[in-house]
Amino acid sequence: MIYREAGQFKTTYAADQAVFSIVQDRVAVAAAVVGAFVVPPLVASEYWLQAVLIPFLVYALAAIGLNLLTGYAGQLSLGTGGFMAVGAYSAFKLATAFPHLNVLVVFVLSGLVAAGVGLVFGIPSLRIKGFYLAVATLASQFFLVWLFNKVAWFTNYASSGTITAPDRTLFGVVITGPNSAPSARYLVALGLVAVFAVIAKNLVRGRIGRSWMAIRDRDIAAEIIGVRPLRTKLLAFGISSFYCGVAGAGLVFLYLGSAETLAFDISISFLVLFMVIIGGLGSILGSFLGAAFIVLMPIVLANAPHALGLRLPVALQKQIELMVFGGLIIFFLIVEPRGLARLWQITKEKLRLWPFPH
Amino acid sequence: MRRRRILIAVLAALALAAPVTAAAQSREVFVPLLVYRTGPYAPSGIPIADGFVDYFTLLNERDGGINGVKLAWEECETQYDNKQGIECYERLKGKSPVVVNPYSTAITYSLIPKAPVDKIVVFSMGYGMSAASDGRWFPWVFNFPTNYWSQASAVIRYIGAQEGGLEKLKGKKVAHIFHNSAYGKEAHPTLEELAKKYQFELSLLAVDHPGQEQKATWLQVRRLNPDWIFMSGWGVMNQVAIKEAVSIGFKMDHLIGNWWSANDSDVVPAGEGAKGYKGATFHAPGTNFKVHADLLKLVYEKGKGSAKKEDLGAPLYNRGIVNAMLTAEAIRTAMTKFGNKPLTGEQVRWGFENLNLTEQRLEQLGMKSFTHPVKVTCEDHEGSGPVLIQQWDGKKWNVVSDWIAPMRDVVRPKIEGAAVEESKKLGYTMRDCAKEK
Repeated sequence: MIYREAGQFKTTYAADQAVFSIVQDRVAVAAAVVGAFVVPPLVASEYWLQAVLIPFLVYALAAIGLNLLTGYAGQLSLGTGGFMAVGAYSAFKLATAFPHLNVLVVFVLSGLVAAGVGLVFGIPSLRIKGFYLAVATLASQFFLVWLFNKVAWFTNYASSGTITAPDRTLFGVVITGPNSAPSARYLVALGLVAVFAVIAKNLVRGRIGRSWMAIRDRDIAAEIIGVRPLRTKLLAFGISSFYCGVAGAGLVFLYLGSAETLAFDISISFLVLFMVIIGGLGSILGSFLGAAFIVLMPIVLANAPHALGLRLPVALQKQIELMVFGGLIIFFLIVEPRGLARLWQITKEKLRLWPFPH
Repeated sequence: MRRRRILIAVLAALALAAPVTAAAQSREVFVPLLVYRTGPYAPSGIPIADGFVDYFTLLNERDGGINGVKLAWEECETQYDNKQGIECYERLKGKSPVVVNPYSTAITYSLIPKAPVDKIVVFSMGYGMSAASDGRWFPWVFNFPTNYWSQASAVIRYIGAQEGGLEKLKGKKVAHIFHNSAYGKEAHPTLEELAKKYQFELSLLAVDHPGQEQKATWLQVRRLNPDWIFMSGWGVMNQVAIKEAVSIGFKMDHLIGNWWSANDSDVVPAGEGAKGYKGATFHAPGTNFKVHADLLKLVYEKGKGSAKKEDLGAPLYNRGIVNAMLTAEAIRTAMTKFGNKPLTGEQVRWGFENLNLTEQRLEQLGMKSFTHPVKVTCEDHEGSGPVLIQQWDGKKWNVVSDWIAPMRDVVRPKIEGAAVEESKKLGYTMRDCAKEK
């Protein structure tokens, strides 16, 4: 009923190839984007912006990045944390070395630096596949974090090895650093995510995305039909690292405010990988759903006993939280191994037939 | 399908209900506690949280709070993780807290920029950013009674005394084994400067988070064969390091932990071998103080204690008491100016800055010779308090030194220099302390 397509005729190729070909989808997505830009800055408390929405957006961006590489191009990577660190540290270096540089330019440039590093670490993917590639990318994770820890130049010789986001403005509004309002940082994060999600969605629909999927599904066959593995795989690594780099810069500049290398350790690589797997491999929507699940669920679980009026000891509460979280991950993977995005797709198909299933 | 929707609906309802938290009652001062009772840092996090909570419970039970204003607190689990710490801080901020104890140098670094904006004092007792000791630049941050740089200089002074004079340090090999994080690295600038000044050979050996695997580090120790080892560890790293030191046969009385690396939970797993291990501290270990008798009588006998009775008196438990006491005394100081009522963060900040904890006051608190008097000023938020060295005898900790003064002549200029550097990053300006009061 809601998803009735009857009467929506496509008379041009452009209409047939649109990202959202059904009117209902277009309206819903447009409403969601406008809502996301307007509603939270007006109504959300600082807690919601700072502890829930901003991390969600930052992780969603990283998850999109990894999804391009792992979900679309089929290259399993555990180096996400390292590439995010590259983005964060180069953003810090650029922002402090060139104080007058627009912070958005800083984000893009640090993404490009991360892309360069990603290209280098993507080279082994030509020879190594599957789990072995995961191990090879693990090396980049450890090497990069070690590098930023070891070489004091990256932190401007701060004795503690901590990088701090400086105050930077956009159109006269402070958007990074200690004096920025959470709503301003939220809007910047949302803007970045919106733009890069649209770009990602269009990438995967076009020639590049199709060549990635060809490589993913059968690399020899792809080579035979004329997809060049070297260029395709490296492009996947480069673009994926670009996304991760921008997300890393966002992690420090928009979310944490200051960070040490510990913020980019191996656990973050796994976290983003889990987001991609739970959300749905090879789905941009899945990246958002996965990030929402992984970021929101622990917070919901941590607040649940309070909301129900229970006062548990914090250690017990944390342990319950971890157990329930683990249980939910298993539950969702059993119910739908192809991720939350697939779950949404099934729901949509059912809605199409409703109320007359047959 | 229906079940799934119900589940989703329930979760959504919980998510919406979550931020609706009850406001603190009007006759209370609220102090959020960022703790870690789970994860690899739990061995260190549990005793310190227990000590803190028990002392606040004691104040509420014995004195009805501070001057009749009850203390309220709420624990939030951070697992020593920066992101969870920020989530906790933001969640508890809604209850209008006056002071926050981050219990992690990394979380402290994240909260320092927020303090003047949110008007919440950051009290990082003996940890956090050493540069914040210069109160002219960092009005909202306090790290008295002493900081990492003072501690490092006091430990070097102690090592010098053991060698027969600071000039005898020349040519000696000193290794610093540190947790590879902002916390572990914090002491480096001072150690490096002292190494230049006294011409000892300093090696910096990192142990990566969480510190369960240290074979490579101790292999390096074996190769270097240092005369002394100074260690900045935390959580599970400490017990692993001490076990490794025992297994390579390092002289235990030449291994000195900083004040976060010398607790019962750190030495007990190494058994007999840990005998002789030393650690820095700024208060006495053990339970031979009136405050412990009060705790047992007024808190534990009523079943309101949070630790096991036999764990009272462990160095970190006692540190929790000191932390809670200093917090409470600062709030009390603020009340002398602003009246006996629930205070704002700004008022409590004044209390911290004008805290003068005398010998007599310590005696009144049942803490005679438990810790050292502290005087905080507008310029000096650290007080460069002296340090004790304690030694493990296989059963308990014994204090084996007098109060050792830090090398203020070395540390203070460094702090002032670093404060300028750190403030530049945050865009702060220096305030004029002559105009305060």
